[in-house]
Amino acid sequence: MSALAAAPGTAAPGAVTPHRRPRGVVTGHLLSVLAWAAGLLFFAPVAWMVMTSFKQESQAASNPPTFFFTPTLEQYTSIIGSAAAGSYVLNSVLATGISTLLVLALAVPAAYAVSIRPVKRTQDVLFFVISTKMLPVVAVIMPIYVIAGQIRMLDHILTLIVLYTAMNLPIAIWMMRSFFLEVPAEVLEAASIDGASLLRTMRTVLLPMVAPGVAATALICVIFAWNEFFFALNLTAADAATVPIFLLSTMTSEGQFLARLSAASVLASLPVVLAGWIAQKQLVRGLSMGAVK
Amino acid sequence: MGPHRPRPPRIARPAPPPGRPARPSRRSVLGAGLAASLGAGALSGCSAGGDGSLVVAIVSNPQMQDAIGLIDHFTAEHPDIDVRFVSLPENEARAKITASVASGGGEFDVVMISNYETPLWAANGWLTDLEPYIARTAGYAPEDFVPTIREALSVDGAMHSVPFYGESAFLVYREDLFEEAGLEMPDRPTWDELREFAAILHDPEAGRAGIALRGLAGWGENLAPINTVINTFGGRWFDMDWTPHLDSPEVLEAVSTYVDTVRSFGQAGAATSGFGDCLTLFSQGNAAMWFDATSMVSGIEDPRSSTVVGRTGYTQGPTRDTDATGWLYSWALAIPETSPRKDAAWEFIAWMTHPDYFPLVGEEVGWEALPPGSRLSTYEIPEYAELSSTYAEPTLSSMESATQDNAMTQEVPYPGLQFVGIPEFQDLGTRVGQQLSAAIAGSKSVEEALEQSQTFAASVARTYQEEG
Repeated sequence: MSALAAAPGTAAPGAVTPHRRPRGVVTGHLLSVLAWAAGLLFFAPVAWMVMTSFKQESQAASNPPTFFFTPTLEQYTSIIGSAAAGSYVLNSVLATGISTLLVLALAVPAAYAVSIRPVKRTQDVLFFVISTKMLPVVAVIMPIYVIAGQIRMLDHILTLIVLYTAMNLPIAIWMMRSFFLEVPAEVLEAASIDGASLLRTMRTVLLPMVAPGVAATALICVIFAWNEFFFALNLTAADAATVPIFLLSTMTSEGQFLARLSAASVLASLPVVLAGWIAQKQLVRGLSMGAVK
Repeated sequence: MGPHRPRPPRIARPAPPPGRPARPSRRSVLGAGLAASLGAGALSGCSAGGDGSLVVAIVSNPQMQDAIGLIDHFTAEHPDIDVRFVSLPENEARAKITASVASGGGEFDVVMISNYETPLWAANGWLTDLEPYIARTAGYAPEDFVPTIREALSVDGAMHSVPFYGESAFLVYREDLFEEAGLEMPDRPTWDELREFAAILHDPEAGRAGIALRGLAGWGENLAPINTVINTFGGRWFDMDWTPHLDSPEVLEAVSTYVDTVRSFGQAGAATSGFGDCLTLFSQGNAAMWFDATSMVSGIEDPRSSTVVGRTGYTQGPTRDTDATGWLYSWALAIPETSPRKDAAWEFIAWMTHPDYFPLVGEEVGWEALPPGSRLSTYEIPEYAELSSTYAEPTLSSMESATQDNAMTQEVPYPGLQFVGIPEFQDLGTRVGQQLSAAIAGSKSVEEALEQSQTFAASVARTYQEEG
């Protein structure tokens, strides 16, 4: 986060022209300081969480806060050592991974259709797709709960996969559409003149061009599905509970839990941070690609 | 990356005419379908559990976490029963268990509920009558349960849930600070005395509150202690005709006393502090007194998390017009009627609430971790008796005297001391709790908060007045 936030500041000095250097340099430094301040401000809660995760419970709860302490791995070992944590992670991996694959499998062709081969009512279709995100989730949870109960699908990982797919599909279609719109029509014409089939055009022409977009879309879907809490809380029990529910189960209304919760939160955010790290290069292109026309 | 090498065109499949999109081949569609169904098959295999396992929904308080940690002892005795826990903080657990049991969702074979839910749910036919199971369980000793708790969990004399632990409320204070200030805590402090002590010991500069009291909105949070004050000041929520009395002079005086005490001598940010916050505050030495649930001892007397072990004294909660004050609360285990595995469910419940469970916890976890307040025999275990010498008697006596006859001055048409035993109270109590929390925060006067509360109570009362 801090690296991204610092980017405008570090880029600014290079952009100034020689004869305006004095004023430009000052502005540049000021921007750098601002960017660093903003970056640190946003990073502070994360840093505090990481710090707390290495404390004892009584140090984590102390007031005034403890800044100097002997770090302990007690919280981490107790979480990693507990047999139950594994099933939460497995469920999260299944729900996130499969729903993201399904979303991509459905959103890429859908986005291709609405952006490259639009028909008369394409705008309405697009609006309909995004309108499904406008209803608050809490308004539909009761019918979903009752239906899932009647078809014996409460506490089943497939229910979460279906819901997460439906939840992420509209965003993915809109994101992928903006990437497809950037592909010059001439390239597609050229491919079709060369006699490439639709699948071939997709595989060898379109997808390589929008690959950063696919990576960005996939990452967004992964983040949303990994962090999803409301459906998981209401529709799962012992078998299909995901990592956010594990975080909740480390809390208690009687007794101290901040250090353990912090350690669990650090572990829970690691996969997303890692995914973001690995996809960083693709992402910077992908996230800015749809934005500039 | 270098440029792509041009591939030779395939001859076997002629390209479609330009402009017309090619259809995916039948083979690829079939392949995708097959992959999807294989994936689904693999998933249903992955989803652990199945018919053989018992799903237990419990509240993630420390004593319940201990039980989860000891489950191997149960499975050693019952290798055919696989127990899986859903453990959540109180509010989430309550919401989830209520939704499941009320709608017949059937996710759970054992649920943890309280003496608030038990009579209401049993009357709706949602809970299994446990008497036949109790009768055939060797050494279970139901007569050993604390009598007031046993009664609170029974409907028509039949227990529909059995207590894991029970609590009332009492006052903990710092003996060392009292000694330093030359004060002596009486056996039965009154609210006036309590306020005097709080005023003397309140020292915000040293980071110490005169008294810690809950302010966090919620029927199970700030309303619990506030209702004991209303009761002992002669107030009540409803009279026998279901007319609400939250704007009566008695209630106003009670709530004003509580709000003024916490605002003048209480902890900073009191409007958002619940039981957990007060526990942290007191066990870190930042409060001189604390009036709250008797289950506080598990945290305060635990040397791993508390810095005040051995410097505490316990006494009955503050009163005014009554001899006793306090409440009655129990986390108890029940079997929803929807469970198809009731025998196995009972085996588990019997293990977790049996007299034999207590020595197991004592030896494996520590004697201070015993679930308190459910069984009288707990206090006869020598190790626990020694450990609990300062709080055993106040705990038991406050639980035994926690009846409407002892802790209220007027008759009421509902069960409960710190709650009103009607289904609407979860919502009503939380709304009123929000009003009182606003009064503690100072954003509203007590009069305004009670006036608003009275209108909430009146709208609930209408149903009962009509039923007459």
